[in-house]
Amino acid sequence: MLRIEDLHVEIGGKEVLHDINLHIGEGETHVLMGPNGSGKTTLIRTIMGFGDYHVTRGAILYRGRDITNLPIHERARYGIGLMFQRPPTIAGLKLGKMLVATSGNRPEEVAEYAAAMNMAEFLDRDINAGFSGGEIKRSEVLQLMIQQPDFVMLDEPESGVDLENISLIGSAIAKLLEKDRHIVSRHKSGLIITHTGYILDYIETDGGHMLCDGEIRCHGNAREMLQLIKAKGYRECIECKKI
Amino acid sequence: MQKNIEELESLSAEDKKRLAITGLEVDSLNRCGSFFQIDQEIVYSSCEYEGIEILTLEGALAKYAWMEQYYWKLVEKDRDEYTRYVADQSHPKGYVVIAKKGSKNILPLQTCLFLAHESIQHVHNIIIAEEGAELHLISGCASSASTEHGAHYGVTEFYVGRNARISTTMIHTWGREIEVYPRSAARVEENGTFLSNYVAMSPVKNVQMYPVAELVGEGAVARFNSVVVALPGSCLDLGSRAILSAKDTSAELISRAITRGGTVIARAHILGEVEDTKGHIECKGLILEDGIIHAIPEIEGWVTGTELSHEAAVGKIAREEIEYLMSRGLDEDEATATIIRGFLDVKIEGLPDMLQKQIDAAIDAAESGF
Ligand SMILES: Nc1ncnc2c1ncn2[C@@H]1O[C@H](COP(=O)(O)OP(=O)(O)OP(=O)(O)O)[C@@H](O)[C@H]1O
Ligand SMILES: [Mg+2]
Repeated sequence: MLRIEDLHVEIGGKEVLHDINLHIGEGETHVLMGPNGSGKTTLIRTIMGFGDYHVTRGAILYRGRDITNLPIHERARYGIGLMFQRPPTIAGLKLGKMLVATSGNRPEEVAEYAAAMNMAEFLDRDINAGFSGGEIKRSEVLQLMIQQPDFVMLDEPESGVDLENISLIGSAIAKLLEKDRHIVSRHKSGLIITHTGYILDYIETDGGHMLCDGEIRCHGNAREMLQLIKAKGYRECIECKKI
Repeated sequence: MQKNIEELESLSAEDKKRLAITGLEVDSLNRCGSFFQIDQEIVYSSCEYEGIEILTLEGALAKYAWMEQYYWKLVEKDRDEYTRYVADQSHPKGYVVIAKKGSKNILPLQTCLFLAHESIQHVHNIIIAEEGAELHLISGCASSASTEHGAHYGVTEFYVGRNARISTTMIHTWGREIEVYPRSAARVEENGTFLSNYVAMSPVKNVQMYPVAELVGEGAVARFNSVVVALPGSCLDLGSRAILSAKDTSAELISRAITRGGTVIARAHILGEVEDTKGHIECKGLILEDGIIHAIPEIEGWVTGTELSHEAAVGKIAREEIEYLMSRGLDEDEATATIIRGFLDVKIEGLPDMLQKQIDAAIDAAESGF
């Protein structure tokens, strides 16, 4: 589904990601971990194609196609979707209008999904303006439900979310990733950034990757890796040489 | 009074369309009354509703001796060359609307000032809402597609009585070489509300106006909203002013300006003369193509108990916002248009739905131009 080869990324002339290699198969969901500032958000925003992120070497392949230099909307139309860690506020633009604008020929789904995410009263509000932390997450998931991406990237979906809403968001994401389907008939894949791993209570995952100082230091079972971090912190990862 | 709807019917299809954009309905179905003036000729004037009287200015001055108390009382004859020009007319044109005490009309009264030939059109209008009355006006001002040069000088005096409410919504569709100099003022008494909305999305040479609302009665409220786009060759010098001269009065002056190569000067001034008054100014400008947006918000307080604030921002659309929408599948142009439409979306408190929709429609009609 997604293959990243030898990827180097610069922001403002400074290299933030070095030599990233990653493969996520169809139907798989992977977890991206790592300390603050290690480059997790940078990696998924580079996959989405944002302007500030300059790929200086390497390639991003999606379904076998090189998308490294495609504009953002074309990647989105190919099926890549992103839940933002910190989405911008757009003054004047109502969430409902944005959802209708991005819903293609299914505007009738807006109300239904908004109700499912407890966001019905937010449709008339300016996008993200004054939204609380948890409300932003619900609005992001709602936008993805309308978009129905095949490859879903989630940047800290559970941070700042209360227990009740984690369950709401977790189940919605599981559905986006077709976790209710058997692996052989599941086509959606995902990449989840998490510090706490709480979201993994709702979503089975297939592999974990540890990012440190812009390099992927190890791969493994996500839960095990998180347990190790909880017990020992990131020190070992930072010291650990790349595998 | 002249009733000559055929004159309207004889307008070209294109001119009718230009009128429709300004919110005017020739068949007047959703209107409580109409007044049409083409150049200097009043072609139609009627009002079916009880409690609202619409007259030509000359007719009103002849019919009511007390009209003098409202004639040139808020706008000074000597203010500038445009007011002097209007004052010098031996046959003043324009309309007078009187909403009688307690009358309430949600349906707007439409007035249309249409410039069909090359000339100076002058009008003097007087709008009176007596105690407890509610009156909504929609004034479309337009010029014929075939009118190249011309000017419109308009004096309007609004009198909002105790507990009364006047909303005036002006949608302009002038031509590229037309100059427009409205001169209006409002006086708002105890607990009265004055709402003024201005929309201009099409090219015009010059518009210059700076209406003022004097809030003289306790609890009076004024709100001005303007949504404008300046195309190359257009200069829109627009302001609004509120004078808070009684306790518990408040004012909100909001403007949204876009330039695609033209000039917008967005002025605003709130003066808090007495205690317990509140005012807020919001001027936002988007520069889509090199042009000028000059926001000049002024807040002036004279006493400790006045609370005034302003918020002004001029710039381009943030790249981050465009990319956010692109990541949901909109291409760059679609994302930009969606954000611009949101920028122009001003919901006006206290305005009947029908008028809000009219404003939205006028903006939507122009949106394709982005
Ligand atoms: N626009 C930018 N300009 C300059 N530096 C940037 C920019 N964006 C990111 N960086 C830097 O790149 C590094 C990686 O940032 P990134 O946001 O990817 O970290 P992260 O792993 O997502 O961290 P966190 O867990 O705190 O979200 C940081 O040092 C950050 O300051
Ligand atoms: Mg991050």
